[in-house]
Amino acid sequence: MGKRVLVIEDEANISEAIRFILSRDGWEVEIHPDGTDAASVVTACPPSLVILDVMLPGRSGFDILRSLREAEPTRAVPVLMLTAKGQAADRELAARFGATRFMTKPFANADLLAAVRDLAVT
Amino acid sequence: MSAPQEPLFVARETFRRRRLMDAARLLPVLGLFLVLLPMMWPAPEGEAPRAAREGVYLFLVWFGLIIAAAVLARRLSAVLNGESGTASGEGEM
Amino acid sequence: MSVNLLVIACLAYVVFLFLVAFAVERQAERGRVRWLRSSLIYTLSLSVYCTAWTFYGAVGYAARSGLEFVTIYLGPTLVFVGWWLMLRKLVRIGKQQRVTSIADMISARYGKSNLIGVLVTLLCIVAATPYIALQLQSIALSFAAFTSELNGDGLSDRQDFFALWVAAGLALFTILFGTRNLDANEQHPGVVTAIAVEAVVKLLALIAVGVFVVWVVADGPGDILTRIDAAARPEWAIQPGRWIGLVFLAGVAIICLPRMFQVTVVENADERHLATASWAFPLYLFAISLFVLPIAVVGLELMPSGSNPDLFVLTLPLTLGQDGLAMLAFLGGFSAATSMVIVATIALATMVSNHLMVPLWLHFKKGPAGRRGDMRGLVLNSRRLAICLLLGLGYVYYAVTGGSAALAAIGLIAFVGVAQMLPALVGALFWRGANRIGAAIGLGAGFLIWLYALFLPSFGPGVFLSAQVMAEGPFGIGWLRPYALFGVTTLDPLLHALFWSLTLNTVAFVTGSLLGFPTPIERVQGAQFVNAFDIQAGARGWSQSAAEAEDLLAMAQRILGTAETQRFFQAHAAAQGKAGFLPDTTPQFLDAVERKLAGSVGAATAHAMIEQIVGRAIVSVEDLMAVASETAQIMEYSNQLEGKSAELERTARQLREANDMLTKLSVQKDAFLSQISHELRTPMTSIRAFSEILMDAEGMPPEDQVKYARIIHDETIRLTRLLDDLLDLSVLENGQVNLDIQEARLSDLIDRAILASNSVQPQRKFRIQRDSAAEQVKVETDTGRLSQVFINVLSNARKYCDADAPVMEISVARNEDMIEVDFADNGSGIPFEKQALIFEKFARLTDQMQAGGAGLGLAICREIMINLGGSIAYVPGQGGAVFRVSFPQVLARTEPDQGPVSERSAAE
Repeated sequence: MGKRVLVIEDEANISEAIRFILSRDGWEVEIHPDGTDAASVVTACPPSLVILDVMLPGRSGFDILRSLREAEPTRAVPVLMLTAKGQAADRELAARFGATRFMTKPFANADLLAAVRDLAVT
Repeated sequence: MSAPQEPLFVARETFRRRRLMDAARLLPVLGLFLVLLPMMWPAPEGEAPRAAREGVYLFLVWFGLIIAAAVLARRLSAVLNGESGTASGEGEM
Repeated sequence: MSVNLLVIACLAYVVFLFLVAFAVERQAERGRVRWLRSSLIYTLSLSVYCTAWTFYGAVGYAARSGLEFVTIYLGPTLVFVGWWLMLRKLVRIGKQQRVTSIADMISARYGKSNLIGVLVTLLCIVAATPYIALQLQSIALSFAAFTSELNGDGLSDRQDFFALWVAAGLALFTILFGTRNLDANEQHPGVVTAIAVEAVVKLLALIAVGVFVVWVVADGPGDILTRIDAAARPEWAIQPGRWIGLVFLAGVAIICLPRMFQVTVVENADERHLATASWAFPLYLFAISLFVLPIAVVGLELMPSGSNPDLFVLTLPLTLGQDGLAMLAFLGGFSAATSMVIVATIALATMVSNHLMVPLWLHFKKGPAGRRGDMRGLVLNSRRLAICLLLGLGYVYYAVTGGSAALAAIGLIAFVGVAQMLPALVGALFWRGANRIGAAIGLGAGFLIWLYALFLPSFGPGVFLSAQVMAEGPFGIGWLRPYALFGVTTLDPLLHALFWSLTLNTVAFVTGSLLGFPTPIERVQGAQFVNAFDIQAGARGWSQSAAEAEDLLAMAQRILGTAETQRFFQAHAAAQGKAGFLPDTTPQFLDAVERKLAGSVGAATAHAMIEQIVGRAIVSVEDLMAVASETAQIMEYSNQLEGKSAELERTARQLREANDMLTKLSVQKDAFLSQISHELRTPMTSIRAFSEILMDAEGMPPEDQVKYARIIHDETIRLTRLLDDLLDLSVLENGQVNLDIQEARLSDLIDRAILASNSVQPQRKFRIQRDSAAEQVKVETDTGRLSQVFINVLSNARKYCDADAPVMEISVARNEDMIEVDFADNGSGIPFEKQALIFEKFARLTDQMQAGGAGLGLAICREIMINLGGSIAYVPGQGGAVFRVSFPQVLARTEPDQGPVSERSAAE
């Protein structure tokens, strides 16, 4: 399977930063900026880890997470919710929909790397 | 009572009218007193009363009441006329 | 003189009376009633007080008891002399309420209670029937006296026969003239005039006999006075108790006797006649009493002992050979008897038919009430029947008890009976607190005590009450002996009964009134009666339909309001071809009024009101006015309540709306906080991430370092812009903005805005249609702010227009001094429910659709346009999304913290 991380994030600068951080650690980073077809991208080729934004054009991150958890091939894929929405309600929602971990923006690069190392199924 | 005069002003007329009504209300009281008076006159025990004298008194009182009532009625009917406006039958008495 | 001549004289006299009555009725029908309705006729008609009991009986009374007989005339004299106190009010109320009898008056006062009407009617019948019998007896006795004097033998069967004929003739007369028509006022001019003629006859007869006695038999007044003193006996002495009691009793009787009420109140045509009668009627009584004692004294002197003093008036002239005078005396007595019977019968028949027969008939004949005509016939026929029944009853009573001594005393006994109405009547006139419960139990108690303590015992022991009951009381209860109630034995039976009946009657009346509670109609009537003089005498003399229309107008105004009613009446008058506000009361008009009123007070009430006014029914106009006022007040009150509840509802709705708005705003605010958090955190995320990367940049190529530093820089700018927006909005909202007013060409502003907005989603190709001719207009405003609005609108279109081939059409129009710029795209537009929200701060149509921006754009635009003296609005129903930006071509340069603020507040 390799160390492939799929980043679903519409903010180009943020996904660029993530890619730099993870690549430096040896991860293969794939970026997808649109929410509409994110779920099918995951299904087509399940990564070691999905880093998922909430506020996405086209489709909400929670929505994507729910469809991932409902479909058999992607059920077990670890999902790291990464969002600027840091309210408790969002956190709860993420947990209920089956997020593996929930991180708020802005984040410490080291924390993100640690989380990826921790969660990614390799 | 003297011949009716033209009232000097209205208040005086109203005042006269009020007293006239008072007199009309008091007349029967006076009459009752005078009519009841004979029963207090002592009659000798077991003797006939002086019926002639009593009778003359009563009929005089009676007639006096009639005269007084006539005078009052003539004046009060003016009040009634005033009350009833322009109704017909002026001076029927 | 033969019996036949006597009968012929009687018949001739009766025919004369018929002709008089007939002629008067004819005159009345032609409207010529003025002289008939004079105070002279009124006064003479009052003489029905002087019955045969006066004509014959007074002399007998004087012969037995001396002067006591004058009490019977002094009481009425005092009442009439004091007319201002009570009679005037009685007559006024009688007219206002259109009273038909004393029973009607009392029952009307006590809430039109028919129970009371029935009680009074029964009381009057019981008291009056023997009295009627007494009149028949007096006629029979005088007839017998005449015939026995002529023929030397008693003709008892003949006298009964005569009495029967008299009764039949009286019934005929009464029916003919007493029930000719059903007059609203229950007045009978023919009867009254005939009574007046009879009054003259009986007065002349008695005076003629008196003059004959004083100046022919005796030697003038002085001689008579001597003879009186000579004839006086010890039992002639005035007994104080009886003297007071009888004056009082007679005074009460002149008011309460049904026949006296009939002539005094019901037949009264003008209140002022009462003023005349106040002295003229006492004068009549004076004249008729003047010769009573002389006749009695001379009779006692000249007539053989044992002869009946009750017939001295007749027998004295006969004995002295004065046949002509005797005939006159006979006709006088006949007049006295017949006039009493006629009036009493009319009065009683009215009561019997109104309070007994018609209610019973209506009770048994259930179903819809008959038509008006039917009711008139019913009432008239029931009166005719009642007259026959009453006279028949009187005759039977006479025939059964004929000649008994009991009959002679019936006059005073009847007085005590009718006196039972006094407490209820006085209470009716002067005490608003009097109520029907008090009146009913007072009347009932007085009636029973009168029956038990006076009326029934008067028939003698063994007839109704056994001798044992009389002596020992019922069941041996001593204090219930009829002539010694509660152990009072010092009074003679008449005073005893008067005392106890009236005392207990009054106590019961007052107690019942104090404890009971009046019905609404009683309270209305109570006020009407007690305050009779305060009420404008509107009821008097109204007869024309104009009066009805006016009353209708007055009543309708209270219900419908003045203006509406007057318009309504005016319109109907105009429709009838009349000017003014008073149409004829045609059935069509009445129907219209009724329907109109029904809309306000309900159909039943409206019908009743109209019927009462037009139909002249029992309830008076004043009552209706009172009710109408009350209704109006109630309606006004309920209207106020309605208004208040509507206001409350409005307030509640506004509160709900405000609450909804607040909830929405709160939700929006939460959403915004979340949003603003996101918007702030997003650039900060990049900044932080790249800062950390750069801190650990060993071995990183320099170009990468520059690239990442630029990202940090860009994101910082973005962050600054966001904060600027928030600050901007805050400043705009508070009206503290400083406008930089410049002159520019509108087309240039739009060019700039299109150029600037192209950076938003530059991949989308918009076709832009412009009207360049219209755009060539110079504007003088804060061009930078205006451009900002244009850019925002155009950017939104770029973000949200969902058409495949997006088109933006920019059109410019002038509306007076305002310029309107419309930005129309060809997308699906904004759903209706969102249109109200788009200009609110932090509003976003959907999370998903958001494409950058914090949702402050349109809110800022709105604030800018307000500051520029214009507005921005969403124009619905155009297919795509259309925003209209309007602003004054030239913005006045005002102090920054004045003009814009006030315009702004005006715009909100």
